[in-house]
Order: sequence, then structure tokens, then C-alpha cells
Amino acid sequence: MRETMWSGERPLNGNASPRGYLEEKGFWAWAYTLDHKRIGVMYLYTTLFFFLVGGVFALLIRIKLMFPGQHIFTNQTYNVMFTMHGALMIFLFIIPAIPSGLGNFFIPLQIGARDVAFPRLNLMSYWVFVAGIVVILFSLVRPMDTGWTFYTPYSARTSADVTVLSFGIFLIGMSSILTGLNFLVTIHKLRAPGMTWHRMPLFIWSMYATSIIQVLATPVVGITFLLLAMERVLGVGFFDPAKGGDPILFQHFFWFYSHPVVYVMILPAMGIISEVIPVFSRKPIFGYKAIAYSSVAIALFGFFVWGHHMFVTGMSGTAAIIFSLLTYSVAIPTAIKVFNWLATMYRGSITFESPMLYALTFIFLFVVGGLTGMYLGALGADIHVHDTYFIVAHFHYTMVGGTVMGLLAGLHFWFPKMTGRMLGEKMARPAWLLMFIGFNVTFFTQFILGFEGMPRRYAEYPAQYQALNIVSTVGSWVLATGVLIMFANFVRGLFRGAPAPPNPWKALSLDWQTGSPPPTENFREIPTVTDWPYGYAGRQT
Amino acid sequence: MKEHGPGNVGYIAVWAALVVLTAATVAVSYVHLGMMNIVVALLIASVKASLVALFFMHLRRESRLVWGFALTPVFFLVLIIAGTLSDTLFR
Amino acid sequence: MSGEVTHKEAAMTGHEPHMDPATAREAATLGIWTFLATEVLLFGGLFTAYVIFRIKYPRMFYEDHLMLDRVLGAVNTIVLIGSSLTVALGISAIRKGKVRLLRMYLSFTILLAATFLGIKYLEYTEKFSHGLSPGTDIFFSLYFMLTGLHGIHVLAGMVVLGAVLYLAGKGKYSESYHTPVEISGLYWHFVDLVWIYLFPLLYLVG
Repeated sequence: MRETMWSGERPLNGNASPRGYLEEKGFWAWAYTLDHKRIGVMYLYTTLFFFLVGGVFALLIRIKLMFPGQHIFTNQTYNVMFTMHGALMIFLFIIPAIPSGLGNFFIPLQIGARDVAFPRLNLMSYWVFVAGIVVILFSLVRPMDTGWTFYTPYSARTSADVTVLSFGIFLIGMSSILTGLNFLVTIHKLRAPGMTWHRMPLFIWSMYATSIIQVLATPVVGITFLLLAMERVLGVGFFDPAKGGDPILFQHFFWFYSHPVVYVMILPAMGIISEVIPVFSRKPIFGYKAIAYSSVAIALFGFFVWGHHMFVTGMSGTAAIIFSLLTYSVAIPTAIKVFNWLATMYRGSITFESPMLYALTFIFLFVVGGLTGMYLGALGADIHVHDTYFIVAHFHYTMVGGTVMGLLAGLHFWFPKMTGRMLGEKMARPAWLLMFIGFNVTFFTQFILGFEGMPRRYAEYPAQYQALNIVSTVGSWVLATGVLIMFANFVRGLFRGAPAPPNPWKALSLDWQTGSPPPTENFREIPTVTDWPYGYAGRQT
Repeated sequence: MKEHGPGNVGYIAVWAALVVLTAATVAVSYVHLGMMNIVVALLIASVKASLVALFFMHLRRESRLVWGFALTPVFFLVLIIAGTLSDTLFR
Repeated sequence: MSGEVTHKEAAMTGHEPHMDPATAREAATLGIWTFLATEVLLFGGLFTAYVIFRIKYPRMFYEDHLMLDRVLGAVNTIVLIGSSLTVALGISAIRKGKVRLLRMYLSFTILLAATFLGIKYLEYTEKFSHGLSPGTDIFFSLYFMLTGLHGIHVLAGMVVLGAVLYLAGKGKYSESYHTPVEISGLYWHFVDLVWIYLFPLLYLVG
């Protein structure tokens, strides 16, 4: 796959039908499909729907927070709204969106396989996911007010339907495990001939690391929520101090999963960035192995730092010091990635199509999110800003600025491949600009609010913080406008977009060497790989 | 998994060993050894578990990749126990 | 996978068979070991709780564990080890293409699994009749959660092995293709393996 192999408009493995895998229509053709691409698309629609729902909750929260006292919504309604915002965004959008959506679609394509290792398991995993959503909707009868973290002892006592919601999340977790398992085996066993580990696209490396976390961490949150449900149903007392239990133990279990899982959210996004940057810089990726191994290192180190969420819980000082020190280890592989991306761009022939705009935004916002994470990893600083809006700002910079920007980079990058149609750049760019401005206005103010001591989670706050809160809320409207324009652009592209050539970005990885959209069997013949996918020519002279 | 396993005689021998070890661990439990009770019980259990994994589950003949997949979770099990203990033991 | 199965899959997906039989078998083995890894960590949460609380309440663990019937526990251990043997022998039979023998061993296994659950049921009713429940104290919380979760796995194993038995009866497995038998066998051994640790931790050294 040298750069000279660009075949212009002619794909290496062309389409029999111009609609490729989208040829067959009808509900059952989708619901029963074993095609990883269709399953990926179903995941994308589902998760993006919950992105919008979660976004509506976010806007409502922001409207409420324009006023310091009890306005517009009751405080209980506010508690439900921020819980739903967190729970839906985390469990139904940000965790599954890239791995289950784009991962499903592009892992087999990028490694030159016809499907994932276990297509039926893949379909089952999607329907388990949907079953989980249905159960979660049932819990809305007595909606949750615990925050997305379900901390005991409150979650063991509240009249909200924690039991049902726990079960729903257990199912979502199961789906996540099955997906991770499928990807691990797929990447091990189904790579095209000649695709050695060091010829794999970096997106595959990041998905491999992600799958490791999904498989090893998710069962722990499964048992945790099961025990929480049992605490409510059977009176089991592991987390109940009255029965000799330990509420902090719940947090240990919860964060043993939920810290590594932030890397389930961010690693796939980092993988997308590693794909987009060399394509739009027309340069070979710098430090391929460093980026590849740092993905695995992040997955591994991520398991050692969960205690940094618990510095102010009354955890032992020994544990706090150990976890604080270990937390810094994650910064190393993360920084390695950022430096390598920058070095890739250095003296490249950069063009600023929308995927690249989102990729650059990712780097900028994620560095802010990551560096503020370093403050929080330091014991002393953390105690000052813990449970303030500083934390809220920090994780929105990593999750929205990081994961969502990565996802959007991926969606804009792969839209032609998935749909066979081009996205209009005319709408994509203003949408991006509004999101970029809106996001920073919304959340940078929250860094300041947090530093000034405004506590998070409360429905009310002292009037001195109102001015910045109004700024933040106005920012959320700008952000929402950008998101709406972007979705309008997606819909427009889906129906009106110009037909996409197989390889509009002149990229070298295998996914671009087949039709747009790809045929059901992905490749007419399984390609033989002879080189890494980043052999771009470099600066045009 | 490619070739035939240890053969039926081998399986029965492993089974007999497991039964004997079960009897042994029950017998030891009636003797008061203090802290050593749990150490002995866990040692015997681990020997039994290894027998099951190596022979019944054919780990003995598996590739290094499968070994890796089989042993990794044990490491993470130790990690979650150790990490939690670093809090509860020193609180 | 056998020609027949891959063919059917091709018909269902419109795909060409996407793996050759050898790769399919390796993938299945890797897949089940991955699944077992997740199971280790599912039980891992409870094992962690066990360690934490045992250190915190050594006395409670000592006194409570005497209330468990270690003879019944030992019998159940033997039963489960026996079922592991029958599964292993069943796999060894199908590897030589002996389907009838496989079905016999699978039936034995399911019978032994049912025996295990029967004894477990006796133990549970006995405990409940003495007013011991999951809410009694931390030890009994652990006892019921660990054995309960394990029991659910035994039940799931019976369903899986039952399905394999049924399919074996329909002539699905042969000397050349029996991956599902191997896979479900590995799962069953794992269920045994968990019990090998549960038994001493709960009944013997509490």
C-alpha cells in the first residue's frame, strides 16, 4: 500500500451494486442482520439518539442554573435531570458510540476481514443493548436522583427505582463485554494475510486496548450493581454501615470499572485522531509504535488509578498517596500520543476539511482536559477543587472536547464510506465553529466557577456565581445550535449529498480500498497487505 | 486442542487426585492450625484448580496466547483486592 | 466450523464463509477464554468483599462458618468434580467421533449438576428455617451471594449442556466438528473451578 497505489476513482475491490451493503431494505433485513456494518450503523443511530436526549437534559440543567434559587424546576426535578443527563450520556452514548458504532463498522474493514469473529454474538450484543435501554426506560417510573455514580448509602435507600436501573445497566454492560470479546478475537484471528501487528491501523490498536478494558473492567461494575440491587431487595449489607458493611467499598468497585472506562471512552477517539491526522497532513504518522503501544499502556495504567476519585471519601492516607502517584503514570502515554500527532503535522501539507477541524479541536480541548486532570491527580489541589465545577469542566473537556470531538471527526471522516454520499463542507464548517465557541464558553467558565468554589450537583447556589453561570448557559445555546446544524448537515448529506468516490480523502488504509458504501462481503477478494497504512508521500514539492 | 487429550485414563487419574485432595482439605479443616488453616486450604484449592485447568481444560496444550488470556484476569483480580486493601487496611 | 454450518451462515448473512474451520476453532477457543476472564472478574468483586470483610470480622466468619454443613459441602464438591470428569470424557469421546458416548456422558453431567443444585436447595431451606438469610450478617450475605451466583452459573451450564445434548442427538457433532462441545465443556470446568475455591473459603476456613 504505497501512495502510488491510489487508484483514483477505481477501488481495489469494487462494488457490484452502487448501494453496497445498504442494498437490502426493510426492517427485518436490519433487525436480523449479521453484517457488522449494519450492526454498527444501528448502534450509531441508537447512541446518537441518546446523545440528543442527553443533550436536551443538559440544556434544561443549564437553564435552571441561570438562577441561583429554586426557579423553573423543583430541586428534585433538577436531581433527576442531572442524573439522567449523566447516566444516558455515559452508558447509552459515550461508552458505546465509538467502539460499538464505528468500531463495529471499521474494524473488519481496516484489518481486511469479511466480518467480526462472531457475527451472531455481535447481533445479540446489540439486542441486549436495546433490552438494557428498555429496562432503563422502565426505571423512569420512579426516576433516578442519585447522580450517575449511584453512590451508597443513598442509592440503597432512595425511593427511586435503583434496582431496575441497575439491572438495565447490567444488561448494557453485558452488551459491552460481548462487543469487546468479539473485537479482541477478531483482531487476533481475522487480520488479512500480511497484516502484522505493526501494519495495523492505529484505530485498530486503540480498539484492541479498548476491548481489553471492556472485557476486564465491565464485569466488576456488573457485580457491583447486582450487589446494590440485592442490597435493596434482599437486605444484603456489603455497603451498609448499619450492617457492618462499607459504603466506600462500593466506590472502590464502582471506580475499578468507571475509571478504566473513561479510557473506553477516550482511546477509540484517540484512534480516530491517529487516522485522520496523517491523511489530512499527507505525511506518514510520526512514532507509529509509540502511539500503538501507548494505547495499550493507557489501558493498563488506567486500572491502577481508580482511587483518585475517592481522595475525600475518608479513604486511607496510604491509599491516597499511592493512587495519587500512580495517576501521573497515565499522563505519560497520553502525552506521547499528543506529541506524536503534533510531530506528524509538522511540515505536513495540512488541509482543513471538517474531519481535520474536529481532530485539531480534539487535540486542543483534550490537552486542556488532560492537564487539568493533572491538577486533580495531585492530592492537595484535588481537596481544594473536589466536588466543584472545576471537576465538571475537567471531564467535559475530556469527554466532550475529547471523545465527542473524536467521534465527530470520525463521523465526518467516514461519512462518505458509510453512506456512499459526501457531507457538505459548507454547513460542516460553521457547525464546527459554533460548537467550538459554544463549548469553550460553556465549560471554561466552569473552571473559573469551580476555582471560586461553586460546588457541583446542587440545584441552588449562592448569588455571587450567577454572572458566570449565565455566560455558561448562553454558551450551551451556541453549542446546541452548532450540534443542530451538524445533524441537519448529516440528514442533508444522507439524502442530497453528492455520490462519494471510494476514496475521497486519498487515504491508504484498507477501509478506503473498497467501495463507498462497501459491499456486504467488504472485499471481493481478501487483500494481501504488504506495508503499513501510513506511507503518505510527505510534503509536496 | 488439536491432538487428543491426556486420554481417558489420564482424566480418571486427575479426577481421583481431585477427590483425594478434597478429602484432604476437609480433613485438615478439623485440625486447628490457626492462620495456617486458610493457607493450607487455599494451597490445596489452587492445586485442584490447576489440575482442572491444565488437564480438563487442556490448558497444558494451548498456545501462549490462550495462556495469556487465561492468566490475565488473575492478575487483575489480585489488583482489585490489593488496591482496595491499600485503603481498608490503613484506614 | 463444519461445511454445513458455514454454509448455513453464508445463506443467513449473504456472506461468504468468513473464516476457515481451523481459524474458527481457534477463534472460538480464544473467545471462551476471554469470556471466562470476564467471569473471573465478575466473581472477583465478591472475592474482594470476602477478603476485606474477613480481615475486618475474623470472629464473625469463624462462628458463622460452623453453621454451614461441611459434609454436604464436601459431597457437593465431589459431585461437581465428577461432573467435570464426565464432561472431559464426553469431549474425549466426540473427538473420536463417538456421538452416543458423548450423549451418555452429557446426560450424566446434567444429572450431576441437578444433584448439586438439589443439595444446594436442601442447604438453603435448612438455613432459611433457622432464620439465616442474605440479610443476617456480612458472612451470610457473602455465603448467599457467592453460592447464589455460582448456582445461577450451574443452572446456565445445565441449559447450555442440555442444548449441546439436544444438538448432538440431531447429529450436529462429529470427529471433525465439535467446537460447541469443547466450548461448553470449558465453561462447565470453570463453574467447577469456582466451586473449588468457594468450598474451602465458606465451609472450611470461614
